[in-house]
Amino acid sequence: MATTTRPAAAELATTKRKRPWFIELYGTALGKKYVMAITGIIGMLFIVGHMVGNLKLYLGGDHLDVYGEWLRTIGEPALPRTVFLWLLRGLLITAVVLHIHAAWSLTRLNHRADIKYTNRRDFIAANFASRTMRWTGILVGLFIVFHLADLTWGAANGDFIRGAVRHNMVHSFRRPPVAITYVVANVALGIHLWHGAWSLFQSMGWNNPRFNQWRSWFAWAFAGAIVLGNISFPILIVTHAVTY
Amino acid sequence: MTLNLDSKIPDGPIADKWDNQKFGMKLVAPHNRRRFDVIVVGSGLAGAAAAATLGELGYNVRCFTYHDSPRRAHSIAAQGGINAAKNYKGDGDSVERLFYDTVKGGDFRAREANVHRLAELSVDIIDQCAAQGVPFAREYSGLLDTRSFGGTQVSRTFYARGQTGQQLLLGAYQSLMHQVDAGTVELHDRTELLDVVVVDGEVAGIVTRHLHTGAVQSWSAHAVVLATGGYSNVFFLSTNAKHSNASAIWRAYRKGAAFGNPCFTQIHPTCIPASDDFQSKLTLMSESLRNDGRIWVPTEFDDKRSPDQIPAEERDYYLERRYPAFGNLVPRDVASRAAKAEVDRGRGVGELKNGVYLDFSDAIARLGRDVIEERYGNLIEMYERITDEDPYKVPMRIYPAVHYTMGGLWVDYNLQTTIPGLFAGGEANFSDHGANRLGASALMQGLADGYFVLPATLANYLADRLSRPPVPTDHPAFAEAEAAVRDRTKQLLSTGGTRTVDWFHRELGKIMWDNCGMARSTETLTKALSEIPALRSEFEKDVRILGDGDSLNQSLEKAGRVADFFELAELMCIDALHREESCGGHFRVEHQTPEGEAERDDENFSYVAAWEFTGDGNAPALNKEPLEFEYVHLAQRSYK
Amino acid sequence: MDLTLKVWRQAGPGTEGRIETYDVPGISEEMSFLEMLDVLNDRLIVEGREPIAFEHDCREGICGSCGMMINGQAHGPQKGTATCQLHMRKFSDGDTIVVEPWRATAFPIVKDLVVNRSTFDEIIAAGGYISVTTGAAQEANLTLVPKAVADTAMDAAQCIGCGACVAACPNSAAQLFTSAKLAHLNLLPQGQPERWDRTVRMVGVMEQYFGSCTNHGECHEACPKEISLDFIAYMNRDYRKAIVKNRSLIAQP
Ligand SMILES: Cc1cc2nc3c(=O)[nH]c(=O)nc-3n(C[C@H](O)[C@H](O)[C@H](O)COP(=O)(O)OP(=O)(O)OC[C@H]3O[C@@H](n4cnc5c(N)ncnc54)[C@H](O)[C@@H]3O)c2cc1C
Ligand code: FES
Repeated sequence: MATTTRPAAAELATTKRKRPWFIELYGTALGKKYVMAITGIIGMLFIVGHMVGNLKLYLGGDHLDVYGEWLRTIGEPALPRTVFLWLLRGLLITAVVLHIHAAWSLTRLNHRADIKYTNRRDFIAANFASRTMRWTGILVGLFIVFHLADLTWGAANGDFIRGAVRHNMVHSFRRPPVAITYVVANVALGIHLWHGAWSLFQSMGWNNPRFNQWRSWFAWAFAGAIVLGNISFPILIVTHAVTY
Repeated sequence: MTLNLDSKIPDGPIADKWDNQKFGMKLVAPHNRRRFDVIVVGSGLAGAAAAATLGELGYNVRCFTYHDSPRRAHSIAAQGGINAAKNYKGDGDSVERLFYDTVKGGDFRAREANVHRLAELSVDIIDQCAAQGVPFAREYSGLLDTRSFGGTQVSRTFYARGQTGQQLLLGAYQSLMHQVDAGTVELHDRTELLDVVVVDGEVAGIVTRHLHTGAVQSWSAHAVVLATGGYSNVFFLSTNAKHSNASAIWRAYRKGAAFGNPCFTQIHPTCIPASDDFQSKLTLMSESLRNDGRIWVPTEFDDKRSPDQIPAEERDYYLERRYPAFGNLVPRDVASRAAKAEVDRGRGVGELKNGVYLDFSDAIARLGRDVIEERYGNLIEMYERITDEDPYKVPMRIYPAVHYTMGGLWVDYNLQTTIPGLFAGGEANFSDHGANRLGASALMQGLADGYFVLPATLANYLADRLSRPPVPTDHPAFAEAEAAVRDRTKQLLSTGGTRTVDWFHRELGKIMWDNCGMARSTETLTKALSEIPALRSEFEKDVRILGDGDSLNQSLEKAGRVADFFELAELMCIDALHREESCGGHFRVEHQTPEGEAERDDENFSYVAAWEFTGDGNAPALNKEPLEFEYVHLAQRSYK
Repeated sequence: MDLTLKVWRQAGPGTEGRIETYDVPGISEEMSFLEMLDVLNDRLIVEGREPIAFEHDCREGICGSCGMMINGQAHGPQKGTATCQLHMRKFSDGDTIVVEPWRATAFPIVKDLVVNRSTFDEIIAAGGYISVTTGAAQEANLTLVPKAVADTAMDAAQCIGCGACVAACPNSAAQLFTSAKLAHLNLLPQGQPERWDRTVRMVGVMEQYFGSCTNHGECHEACPKEISLDFIAYMNRDYRKAIVKNRSLIAQP
């Protein structure tokens, strides 16, 4: 063993300046995995909330618009209008940035550690989802930008009316290419979530042989519910089952 | 006789000898220890334990192993367990009983004082290993569990599933790596000892070759410990790991260390028989299988029927027939010889007629398949993996195989060889097992030597040498040894013959197995003694080793080891021929009782044969260390 | 049976390697994979071609020396089996078998199929032990270990250190190896005093050399001892605790 080339443990300890523990933690791969998992959980909570809110579409009338307005008023009068919403947005943006940064630097670490085989690895346990996390992740990321441009900023929506959530949605999804984009992106999101929702238990060390089977059931159920819920909007709108 | 074989057994009653010795020995003060360089060759149980402990004490330790990691030493493969006189089961065990069982099991060819010390230390070993986190089997109470093993009537064997050796070695390896990290031990893996250097009659250091770079290098030290394992691979097919070899102890022998009882080899009765000519090694099936399996062969010669077609009256349960009292549980040597006798008579089973049946059908009928599965599941699975046969349906086929060598470098009570400063521990020394080792005692001995004996006795040796720096590596003796090593490498590489090293090794193995194996006679041994040198000179002319000496060259490594095996094989035959008695694993056909049992000759052979190298081409000189039995009475073993 | 073997040949560290093709006729089903390579090597030597270097020793699946990528699978097609225990009956006549060394930057190739796995030793040296001065141990039965704990510790301790987990992992992560040792020691009462330092130090050295786990589970599939992924989760949990805990209070219940 290369004992002679390795700095003694004591040496390692002194050369490293003591930094705050969370920075120290984020500096390690295991720490980044926690960040991936925790930001993933934040994302998952958001996605559930987002979907449940959107389901109000099916209640008809202006339910959805009222809900959208309510989001801006949470915390009033203690907080001024939209402050809480912005706090939430701030949290989400931070989570997304950290999630992406951690993923990016872990991927780089992994590329450095791995050497390709001439004859491809024959995967046994690794599935399509686990092997495509970074691609589904990128797809979802791009989609989010488009989604914001379409339904938040309105730039990608021909007939955007601020506050008229239902109108904007129906208008946008009536365009078949957009509907298809939404469906494809949500399938990618589902695949990403399916592996992520299982994986986060491992990364966080939430493990108990008694409940381990539940972890994969949860992942299936969660990803399935999100995909079904989310793709129902474009499909039902593009087929005119749901109208203005 | 030219050597002065002083066994240095301390005075006093046997139970006090080790304490007296420890008190009588000199110590090295903590601040002085780092002034001593100690080399430990080997990272098996004995080597890793010694290196770790010596490092911890503060000596400058260098540990050498040819393995790529210390954790791969052959000790890793031990399955069954480790004995200790803890008497946790309250079944009447004690240090005295373990001592007695070991001396008797060894057929009265071991040194009483050593064995007693071993039995005393067995207790500390379990404490040490448990504290290291060795995951020994536990009872539901959380207390340590034990099981019984061959040759004893008490339950004193501690175990970690079927991987006791692995877990004990990992414990020692982890302690060793801890010391490496602490900077007290410098680890040299993939570095093979190729010579021992002796200056002015004392050990000065060693010469090594790095297996990946071919670099030949000298290392000097105040003391050298050889813990390089056994030499069963002289038989080519054995249960030992493929790389296990005798080169380190053989080089020491050639430099003046006496070799004790080279012919004492143990043949284990329950191994999987060879399946073809390409068989590269034999796999052991734990001895515990004999608790529930019945051993038989068909009464018909050359019976071609499948075992389930053979009716009960046409089966010969030969062990139960010949040894009604012990039946299938006779000791290893007896069971092995009986199996050989049946196969030699032509009643062997299997495609190659080279095995006997070990049948669980009665046990399954009596206890149910579940019980058998719980007891032996992992072994049965391993058997199935290798043979593709299902022992729950067809009987296992087993045959004896070489397993352990009781012989090794002669050492005194302090584990010092006849070269001052050169110590030997573990299977490498001629040790505490006499002519036959009891199951689960090798691990015990390796750890006793490494953790407890060597660190104490080394201090005693070093204490006198405080003001003496070790012989520097630029001393001509080192240069000479290095040159010899390089020459030997060059010689082997330039032979340019036509046959592979393995071919020669296989042939040597056949000669040894047929003539110096389970049954030996003047006739077979003399035959071997003429065949070995012939094969050896053919080897020197006709071996083909490709590649160079400056990079990884596995044929070259093997060739050096096989060359030493040739010489050792001869010494084993010489020793076997001279020992005109049967004892333990050494069975001379001429010396058996009318019933075919081993017959000892205590009057003439109650001694350790310590052979001394007298130069190439000369016959080795025999030195005798008489054995005295004050506490255990000499008796003929009987298992009827 | 007759086989075609495609084997990675590389003369030394840092030199170019390539796949070479060999016909291996007349192989018996009873042979182990390594015995098949022995036969090929014997022939190569007689033909004056350098034999294929590969690591092996015990040939019983316990020392962890052997290991090669066989048709893209670490240790070949049989689950829970090291290369030395893999038998040729798992292949069929006419098969082409591709054999490569473990590949990871942490396991540089030494020659042909031999790689240097010393980084594993470094992980152990960083804390994979329980410090106990020889002779200082207390009577063994004073420390009770519940059977379930001892059994789980043994499940983890079975690791043979072959490196298949790293070889099979698309990230070349050593999580399974490291966590198996950590779990073995951290689960036992004897391992408690050093538990948190051990965890931080071992993970630290692991991360110097290896990739990071993305929870594929390939390591478990490749492991000849079928060591569970649960230990990885266990390591992650201990690491988190080790970072956050106020260690001066650890002795408190
Ligand atoms: C299959 C099997 C099962 C067994 N089961 C049991 C059991 O249940 N109970 C029991 O008590 N015993 C058992 N034994 C016996 C026991 O395992 C061995 O006797 C014991 O482990 C030997 O330990 P050691 O430390 O002396 O040598 P080893 O473990 O053989 O170590 C030798 C070391 O020396 C090094 N070395 C050798 N030569 C050189 C050289 N020239 N240069 C550098 N380094 C060198 C090697 O690299 C290695 O590190 C079993 C043996 C076998 C084969
Ligand atoms: S050779 Fe030891 S595990 Fe395969």
